[in-house]
Amino acid sequence: MEAGMVTPAPALVRFSGIQKTYDGEHLVVKNLDLDIRKGEFVTLLGPSGSGKTTTLMMLAGFEVPTHGEIIADRPIKNVPPHKRDIGMVFQNYALFPHLTIAENIAFPLSVRNTNKAEAQERVRAALRMIKMENLAQRRPGQLSGGQQQRVALARALVFNPQLVLMDEPLGALDKRLREQMQLEIKQLHETMGITVVYVTHDQSEALTMSDRIAVFNDGIVQQIDRPDALYEHPVNSFVAHFIGENNVLSGTVETVEKGYCRVALAGGGAVTARAVNVSGAGASTSLSVRPERIAIIPNGTSSDQPNRLPAKVQNTIYLGDHALAVLDVADNREFMVKLQPGAHDSLRAGNVRADSLRPGDDVFITFRPEDCLALDPV
Amino acid sequence: MTDALLTGANASTEVPLKRRLRRAERARQVKALALVLPLLVFLLFTFAGPIAGMLWRSVDDREVRQVLPQTIAALASWDGRDLPDEKAYAALAGDIMAARASGTIAIAAKRLNYALNGFRTILTSTARNLKTVPEPGTARETLGKINPAWRERATWTTIKDASGPMTGFYLLSALDLTRNVDGAIVAAPPDQAIYRDVFVRTFLISLSVTALCLILGFPVAYLLAALPPGRSNLLMIFVLLPFWTSLLVRTCAWIVLLQGKGVVNESLLWLGIVDTPLRLIYNRFGVCVAMTHVLLPFMILPLYSSMKAISPAYMRAAASLGAPPVAAFLRIYLPQTLPGIGAGSLLVFILALGYYITPALVGGAADQMISYFIALYTTETANWGLASALGAVLLLATILLALVYGKLVQGQQVTGGMKN
Repeated sequence: MEAGMVTPAPALVRFSGIQKTYDGEHLVVKNLDLDIRKGEFVTLLGPSGSGKTTTLMMLAGFEVPTHGEIIADRPIKNVPPHKRDIGMVFQNYALFPHLTIAENIAFPLSVRNTNKAEAQERVRAALRMIKMENLAQRRPGQLSGGQQQRVALARALVFNPQLVLMDEPLGALDKRLREQMQLEIKQLHETMGITVVYVTHDQSEALTMSDRIAVFNDGIVQQIDRPDALYEHPVNSFVAHFIGENNVLSGTVETVEKGYCRVALAGGGAVTARAVNVSGAGASTSLSVRPERIAIIPNGTSSDQPNRLPAKVQNTIYLGDHALAVLDVADNREFMVKLQPGAHDSLRAGNVRADSLRPGDDVFITFRPEDCLALDPV
Repeated sequence: MTDALLTGANASTEVPLKRRLRRAERARQVKALALVLPLLVFLLFTFAGPIAGMLWRSVDDREVRQVLPQTIAALASWDGRDLPDEKAYAALAGDIMAARASGTIAIAAKRLNYALNGFRTILTSTARNLKTVPEPGTARETLGKINPAWRERATWTTIKDASGPMTGFYLLSALDLTRNVDGAIVAAPPDQAIYRDVFVRTFLISLSVTALCLILGFPVAYLLAALPPGRSNLLMIFVLLPFWTSLLVRTCAWIVLLQGKGVVNESLLWLGIVDTPLRLIYNRFGVCVAMTHVLLPFMILPLYSSMKAISPAYMRAAASLGAPPVAAFLRIYLPQTLPGIGAGSLLVFILALGYYITPALVGGAADQMISYFIALYTTETANWGLASALGAVLLLATILLALVYGKLVQGQQVTGGMKN
């Protein structure tokens, strides 16, 4: 696991050797070490059941770690949730249905006995921030999902908590609204300088919003890094597969030299790849190549690239801004290559255009060794 | 072809949209009505009908009219200030003779006796002693000689009051009111004024039972809503168990438990907590215990369903926003259970108002509720008018309470309950 490339700032919260089990038989979270720095937007990303929500709940105080310590200035194992000074946004908003929007937002202030005038002013400011001043007297049931989410956000921020947790807050919204809210949350984070821990299973959401992403799988943090580093330098097959689109070819390592290795493919042929996570010659490996890092060369054209594989076109998929060619390469029958869709997209020259490919065509693909990662076998 | 389609479309747009909608919905509405029709008819005959009949009986007053028709006609013009004139006496004598012949005198005697104690004797002695129709002009004297009560104004005002066909007499009686000799509404004499006390007692017992059910039921409902489904289903069976046992059996079980030599008293004696058996039954305590036991599920079920609908996320949200557990409960959880509390309380209270068997079996004389008196007048003394009047007053009070509750709940939704 890499330590991350951001200049180290003092950690606001530190997970140290955290383990969690519900049934006493298998661990939901195995040995978690994680630092969250002040002002950072950290996303816990992973499939369902990977332990990310459990981690968040332990931080919020709704679950107790079976082993290990969470430290925020001091160990907070025995601090009840209401004394942790953590704002939380829930997946289904959890707005109190019997209170108005203004009362909902005022709730954290009134339980803290903030004086009335100040509370009113802060509620008004919060309503202004989410642009909902005119809906202050409505009830949550009368609002749309996006509006409810804004209120939940305002309620979690109005008391200036040192940390804000968000548990898949945009999961119930439609795609367009979700993307809009992602930008709004990101903006709030930047303007208010708050520290956010965000849980999601949507990798594009994580890439859009985060300073750092912790990729969870099977109770273990696979990698913690900046979004671009996760995409460019995944440490194992799971991360490569989970973040972005990815083509997998399996093979066996023949030689390893200067960080590169020669791999014999299971479906025939051999390629040179960056040796990221291979134990040595003779080990089996999974190769990972991004769809946009592959060129299709028409049959017969020669190329000086060391990685040149024969392929058969299955079909092409038109996606508006780009097109995908689905190829049959070695042992992978769904090998994706990202292409320009047609002639009108002439600004970006280079690759073959999708409309020039026909199902059944025999072509060659080629990619640079540095764009092909030799990872652990899946 | 296309032309024909277009004309068709144009024609249909000329019919207003509303009417077309109504036409389209009609078949569905007829079907819906057909589905509820059997129940509607059933309710009409078994519920609405009897209630209307009862309300009618509480004001119906035709018995005296049928037995003493000429007297009633003669009294129609009487102002009630002095004794009526000779004509009325003659009509009464004629009516009594006719009634004796047809054997209907007792019907009138019974009704008049409700209004004026002793009227039965007056009427029957007169009927017995009146051998022949008095000579014209001597009727007043003859009747006065047979029974001096005929020389009193109250005797005659009683007859006039009972002349029907409708009367407020029973309803007034149910509220401990009566009319004096001048027709003014006054308080009934103390020995007859019992119903207000009984109504107050009925409402007090019902209120205490409702409060007990709420206090005992709330934690149980909370537990049921919080437990995982498997265990909560098991507990729910225990809650519902009383439903599957006869009311009579449950009430008798309380007699066995609470009586002087019952299980509870024997245990207390054995433990040395008391020296002499406590009086636990045939008093208010026994009534409240037995009724609470019977009515508890009616409180728990609405509470449970309202609590089940409250997502645990609300309490978590409250805690994360800084509310200590007690504040979170009082400000977030409790207000959301108010509809359940309201529904359960109303249900228990209204059911308790009509309780009859339980207080009759485990209560003392001073713990009988209004239904006891309704039953008494219906089955024992056959004073259906008074029984109906008591029922009508109870019905009215219950409807008023339900309306007040409705208003409160509505206000709840508008103001949110917490603030304002």
